[in-house]
Amino acid sequence: MSSPSPITHTLDPAKWIDNYSDYLFRYTIIRINDHEISKDLVQETFFSGLKSAKNFEGKATERTWLISILKRKIIDHYRKTNSKKGQAEVRMNFYNDGENEGDWIEQRVPQSWDNEVEKKLENTELQYQIDLCIEKLPKKYAMVFRMKTIQEIDTEIICKELDISSSNLWVIIHRARMQLRKCLEENWFNN
Amino acid sequence: MFKKLNITCNQATTICDKSQYGNASFFDKIKLQIHFIGCKICAMYSKQNVLLTKLYKIKATNIKRKQDSLCMTYQEKEVLRKEFEKQNV
Repeated sequence: MSSPSPITHTLDPAKWIDNYSDYLFRYTIIRINDHEISKDLVQETFFSGLKSAKNFEGKATERTWLISILKRKIIDHYRKTNSKKGQAEVRMNFYNDGENEGDWIEQRVPQSWDNEVEKKLENTELQYQIDLCIEKLPKKYAMVFRMKTIQEIDTEIICKELDISSSNLWVIIHRARMQLRKCLEENWFNN
Repeated sequence: MFKKLNITCNQATTICDKSQYGNASFFDKIKLQIHFIGCKICAMYSKQNVLLTKLYKIKATNIKRKQDSLCMTYQEKEVLRKEFEKQNV
């Protein structure tokens, strides 16, 4: 140690569960929205932390260090689910080629909603319907949408965390909103 | 110049979505307004999109209110603790 930093953090695995399990769990469930998977990822994070404790340099706090492990677990989880399902089918709302490129596909044109819609926004069932519609999105879209729209996390942070470009993020947001709109229209606004 | 102002419905709705997060540029918004003159469908999409943003905001508030109470159950933590202690020897 040629130049020790003024503060060196240490690890105390015996206290991890009491000190960090809730924090890590919340961090995960916000992104994954699945209790069981979140629980497993937190467990894996603690196990990995234990295994690599000898590599801990004390530069970050214990919590930051654990979060960095968890972030990798979350991304890995994503990559796995994405490749398992293959690229989930995205039925786009626009023509992709030919003369009509970028125009609305006739049968996907938005329908007008009744004028009462605005008064119903707080309806509990409608709030629940949003969850059902988000669940139908490809996993990656659901995650990006949740992080950006529900958790209101900064674009930059999301891009860094998920290793995507900002233009990529906006394409995902656009497609997610398109599909959600369609889903809510079919299940709610048109009834 | 005019070509630059001419956008497809796909591009228009993308700008529309971006602007819901305060991320559309001034020039984008101009292109969007010009597009709306000739495209009532996108204009309607845009109007509905504002409503959806309101809806998602309500959802966000509801979720955030509940978020602090999200945690593993006592039993789950105990199971985790046992597993962890097995590893931590």
